[in-house]
Amino acid sequence: MSTREEIADAIASLSLFADLTRPQLLGVASRFEEAFFPKDARVLRQGLTGSGLYVILDGEADVVADGLKRATLGRGDFFGEASILLGEPPIADVVATRPLRCIVLGGPDVEPFLIAHPRVLFRMLQTQSRRLRAANERAGRPVA
Amino acid sequence: MIERPFPPGEYPIVVVGSGPGALQVTYFLTRLGIDHAVISSDPLPGGMFRRWPFFQRLLSWTKPYAGGDRHSRSFERWDWNSLLAREPELRGMAVEFMDGSSDFPSRPEMEAQLQAFAERAGLRIRQGCTWTGTRREATADGDRFILETTDGEYRCRFAIIAVGVAEPYAPATPGIELAVHYADTREAASYAGKRLFIIGKQNSGFELATGLLQWAARITLASPSPAKTSIAARSLMGVRARYVQPFEDSALGGGVDILAASLKGITRAPDGTLRVELNRSDTSMPLTVVADEVIAATGFTCPLVDLPALGVATFGQSKLPAQTDYWESATVPGIYFAGTITQGWAGLKKHGISSYSGAVQGFRYNARILVRHIAEQHFGIVLDRPTIPLGDLRDHLLAETTSAPELWHQKAYLASVVTLDPERGVVDEGILPLTSFLDGGGPDAIAVTVEADGTNIFPVVYVRHEGRQEEHPLEPDPLHDYEGPTYRRALGAILDRVAAGASAA
Repeated sequence: MSTREEIADAIASLSLFADLTRPQLLGVASRFEEAFFPKDARVLRQGLTGSGLYVILDGEADVVADGLKRATLGRGDFFGEASILLGEPPIADVVATRPLRCIVLGGPDVEPFLIAHPRVLFRMLQTQSRRLRAANERAGRPVA
Repeated sequence: MIERPFPPGEYPIVVVGSGPGALQVTYFLTRLGIDHAVISSDPLPGGMFRRWPFFQRLLSWTKPYAGGDRHSRSFERWDWNSLLAREPELRGMAVEFMDGSSDFPSRPEMEAQLQAFAERAGLRIRQGCTWTGTRREATADGDRFILETTDGEYRCRFAIIAVGVAEPYAPATPGIELAVHYADTREAASYAGKRLFIIGKQNSGFELATGLLQWAARITLASPSPAKTSIAARSLMGVRARYVQPFEDSALGGGVDILAASLKGITRAPDGTLRVELNRSDTSMPLTVVADEVIAATGFTCPLVDLPALGVATFGQSKLPAQTDYWESATVPGIYFAGTITQGWAGLKKHGISSYSGAVQGFRYNARILVRHIAEQHFGIVLDRPTIPLGDLRDHLLAETTSAPELWHQKAYLASVVTLDPERGVVDEGILPLTSFLDGGGPDAIAVTVEADGTNIFPVVYVRHEGRQEEHPLEPDPLHDYEGPTYRRALGAILDRVAAGASAA
């Protein structure tokens, strides 16, 4: 995987980008950068400012908060958006548990990107709502 | 007869390349007394600067009259083009070769200073020796890499690959064979009166557009995402200020069009002209541009020969090798990288801002750290780590954030680090990758960096205390001077919690 066209092909099947046309996918592929993390590398760091929005193309990572594993992420999952949207450092580490290939958008570019791509924003909100509902159900506070 | 050192055989380390990255690595290996060979396919040192940039003027400046003594460490902040050296006479050499007409050296000036550095530093390189393949063999004494070359086989425990990002890349778009690559651009006057279409909106595309403004009848540049200038990005991640004239011409309708559009294909019409078929990124609507010439300013890839087949993972359009924070292959230990390839370790890329590892002013420091790391990890060399009186710690760290060239050129990537040793006191660990400080663990320690967030530049203090980490961004200063009382107070309060008495001086 490498070229812009290959990235566009890879993200076309991810739910986050499912509503985009081919030219828009190529635009995403040229705005984001590809990144590779070896197993055990920390991708996102709890408490550290300045992170980005990551979308996993291949591999697996754990979400670890205060030393406790909270979730496992895989292909198509995204992370880092919450700290960017809130303007606060991440509250968890994300650590590669297998070699991890992602596309990354730097924090300052996330807001203009989402505003320019409302369908991606909508898909992101859907995922966030599912995560919120699941978290509330786990906590015994189901929401509508 | 030109000496051809390093005949095929076994060496502890083999360095491949003779551009600035390889020169910097072999300089430090030589000065630390580490036996190694250097081979390069080129006939002379200089790497890409023997040929590019096309319009013969660099993007990186050297300001001869800034910063005082050009042989000092602090001058390096104002000199993006010289290599590092211990000997004063080998420092700041770019100045000596510049004719005074610009703070951006010409390509021949850069080439001349690199060749002079190699000669004066006594660097030995086997030129005209092309690396053609790689094998790995297990021996009783550990693995060996075998580098196959046009001169024979080189066996080594460690290979340091510094071959640049130099292989022309063009996308597999239908009709791309009708375009020429940036690397094959002709003499400027030959484009007189032509309608020119440039694929790509990076610096190379805008370099051509700027250089051909006076020749071309019309210029169109296109790539899928909008072009951004370095001024707007407040980092080197955009098109450099040297090349903004096409932006103004585009804004004024002056014969340059800058499009956010993806390329569908190129065809030749019966009248001999080229038809470039595009889709606009914003509306996805088709668009056709008629051109006489198409140039693909679509970048370069790493000429890694067969390293991917050996297991070296690569990523991105440039096929950069995935690396650790000491620039070792993330998947094949023992293969290291130097020079512009070290941008394959992106670091934290805080606030979306890249390191300058793709340029001399960044990777020259990576090379020094890499050699020190290899010396300690693999050759049993113990490097000097001086102590700092506790009362001087605060001023030392603030002086580093104000003037350490490593921190200014490698923002949020390299850090100036001290550890708090119970026996020795405050120990100066020197300049290290920030991620190695954050992820490496160890005793209580403090690191300082210079960082940017797209709006401001500011120092950041990282504290490792009893296994926990803290990050303390300090306020920006309009003059970038962090040595005043405000910063002494702010840093003193942070230091006192981990090194009691540090603010007493």
